[in-house]
Amino acid sequence: MSNSLTPSEGGSPVRDQLVASAPGDPNAEPKSPGRRVSASPLWLVLIGLALFVVLALVRYFTEQNSLTSPNQISAALRATAPLLLAGLAGLWAERSGIVNIGIEGMMILGTWFGGWAAWQFGGWAGILCGILGGVLGGLIHALATVRFNVDHVISGVAINILAAGVVQFLSVSFFEGQQGGGPAKSPPQSSGVGSFTMPLLAGGNGSADLLGDLHKANIPVLSDLGGVLKGLLSELSYATILALLLVPITAFVLWRTKFGLQLRSSGEAPAAAESLGVKVARLRYSAMAISGGLAGFGGAFLAIVSSSGYQEGQTANRGFIGLAIMIFGNWRPVGLLGGAGLFGYTDSLQLTGSSSIPALLLFVGIALVVLAGWMLYRGKMLGGIVAGVVGIVCGVIWALLDTLPDDLVKITPYLVTLVVLAVASQRLRPPAHAGLPFRSGDNH
Amino acid sequence: MDREQMQRMGFIGLSSVGAVLLAFVLGGIMLAATGHNPFDVYGQMFSYGFQTPQLLDMAKRAGPLIISGCAVAIGFKLNLFNIGVEGQYRVAMLAVAAVGGMWVFPWPLGILVLFVVAAVTGAAWAWIPAFLKVKRGVNEVISTIMLNAIAIGLTAWLFKYVRYERVDSSGRPILDTKTTPLPESSKIGSIASSGGISLSWYFVIALVIALLVWLLMFRSTFGFQLRASGLNPVAAKTSGIDSGKMVIRAMLLSGGVAGFVGLQAIMVEEGAFRPSLSLGLGFAGIAVALLGRNHPGGIIVAALLFGFLQAASGILQVQGVPRSIVDIIQGLVVLSVVIVNESVGRWLDKRTARSASKQLSKDGVAA
Repeated sequence: MSNSLTPSEGGSPVRDQLVASAPGDPNAEPKSPGRRVSASPLWLVLIGLALFVVLALVRYFTEQNSLTSPNQISAALRATAPLLLAGLAGLWAERSGIVNIGIEGMMILGTWFGGWAAWQFGGWAGILCGILGGVLGGLIHALATVRFNVDHVISGVAINILAAGVVQFLSVSFFEGQQGGGPAKSPPQSSGVGSFTMPLLAGGNGSADLLGDLHKANIPVLSDLGGVLKGLLSELSYATILALLLVPITAFVLWRTKFGLQLRSSGEAPAAAESLGVKVARLRYSAMAISGGLAGFGGAFLAIVSSSGYQEGQTANRGFIGLAIMIFGNWRPVGLLGGAGLFGYTDSLQLTGSSSIPALLLFVGIALVVLAGWMLYRGKMLGGIVAGVVGIVCGVIWALLDTLPDDLVKITPYLVTLVVLAVASQRLRPPAHAGLPFRSGDNH
Repeated sequence: MDREQMQRMGFIGLSSVGAVLLAFVLGGIMLAATGHNPFDVYGQMFSYGFQTPQLLDMAKRAGPLIISGCAVAIGFKLNLFNIGVEGQYRVAMLAVAAVGGMWVFPWPLGILVLFVVAAVTGAAWAWIPAFLKVKRGVNEVISTIMLNAIAIGLTAWLFKYVRYERVDSSGRPILDTKTTPLPESSKIGSIASSGGISLSWYFVIALVIALLVWLLMFRSTFGFQLRASGLNPVAAKTSGIDSGKMVIRAMLLSGGVAGFVGLQAIMVEEGAFRPSLSLGLGFAGIAVALLGRNHPGGIIVAALLFGFLQAASGILQVQGVPRSIVDIIQGLVVLSVVIVNESVGRWLDKRTARSASKQLSKDGVAA
């Protein structure tokens, strides 16, 4: 997208980024490293711990034990992995300067190729093929945006349309008439990818199950901790471990290697990077291959780990949620992990039992009221009032309702994203050149 | 329009046709790779597609696409990417079905009222991303994607409250899968029918809306401001065009037009709303707008092309060819048209620059 004016107080044109190029917030204090306290790791850990304690107490008093049960956490982790991969796909693309709306399409390719290869050769071959399918989509996007300079959003939308058509076509051609297959689903996979349960702590190999015992003791907070840790350590698919490892790997490659520095520089200031000898086009091709591969892995995960084969519509807009998660995480791997966990957790609550959702609403309400107090203390009247009102509304709904309609539960993550964007978009920092047209030799 | 511009439009038009052909060739390769004879398949599609009932079907399928494409194009002119047409028309569909099922109006009034309801609801839903963009700096691409998902969930939930309630012979309530059907007086009549397929006045209404959008965008002060602000926001702002207001107005207008997208399904075909009714017209509208280069005339051509492909694809299943080849061709058409147009546009820019510099140096010698 090209330039457009945002109503900043100073009247200076601000480039329109994928999310928001922060119109100068009139209330914003001048930025200095010390002001951004909430971004430091210690604070994040403390806030995370405080939220966990609130959640545990809500669990204890509402007796919605599934909130922190091992099964719940295990399901949440399975739901998190594909979202995390979609988010990482967005991160790699945008850090190199390319907006990737086509993640959904690349994931769709991943589900199909993953499902096909898992049926033919087994789970790991499926993951590999799914990745390759996604890479194909990523390279098409790179060809359109880097070589031909097509608007990134347009190319992404076209890839989504194309991928949906291609997999339908291929399914009819390859799966119809096969044992267990059909025009919209693949035959079941011939083997899975295997899973791992930690011995001693979570009862792997028939050993002791210390965390499980702690969970069953029903001590507030401590038992919740046991439940969560056991959920994280039992029946963990190797594919999930791989997906989680990609977070530190991404952080290391992008922020600690020369390749990563060059890649990020082509997302921030490609003309400057090029003048220093960085091959922007080549980097963007590699970034898009990686981005597509990650999206394809996410799709293959859905087909192979979350389910036993390809099914049409399996991605269910997770590619778009991936973009939301990337924004949530402020274009950083660790923040992205947090966002993916949040979405994955609410996603899994829907699957395992919507009776626990109202309790979650109480949790959100309390958290928002605390946030409102903090914002009011910091002098952010409008944000504080909005957060407080929403929080109180959440509490009232919790008090009035026994269950929440499924349809409304499904929209919660989207609503949360929208609220976060509305409240925090000024604090987000997207790569400065993401989505803007750039041709080799440009000097603006 | 001067000669230069005419030439430019001619080149772009020709290259667009070439890009569409390229998409057919690529689709043909895909067909050949899966063991079908592409010439055979295309031949059958065309001979089947040009029969009268299929041509009516083409126009019928093109109607919502024309409107959806126009809604997207209004935003595009301001560099606003309204991906939210999908959500806007779904919300409007539910509102229209609810109002239309609740009250009976005399003939022309009912249709008018329902169109107003559709426009107002669509615009209201589009106001949210506009507000978030102007006041909070939230990019409309992400907010409209979120709002699409929210609209689908919200309409599915609200649907349960406006569902058609009947009782069976023993007095037990039937949970119907539709809303209360619209009275005949609120439905749009047909203009032509052949072979069991009838075309309604909705198609004509779609053409009129495209004309109105063209007038508004290319022949009004508002449209001028809109395009100026989209082409060069800084210059527009300097000349007193408030870009924030433009964003709000453009999104309201886009959403209002988007509200009409689902009306064919409600006021012609089903006569009621159900959650899975005609999904995906918003994304198709983006493709149509791109193909039609954001001009209502081009959008009509593009929508007719897509409508033709879909109507003609009816024969494919009989022949054992997956119908989704048509979706693939549509996707390929969009991708190849944007790539070819971008390349040709750049080539033309270079050509203009070269001829200008040549002219300049010649004049310089003469002087």
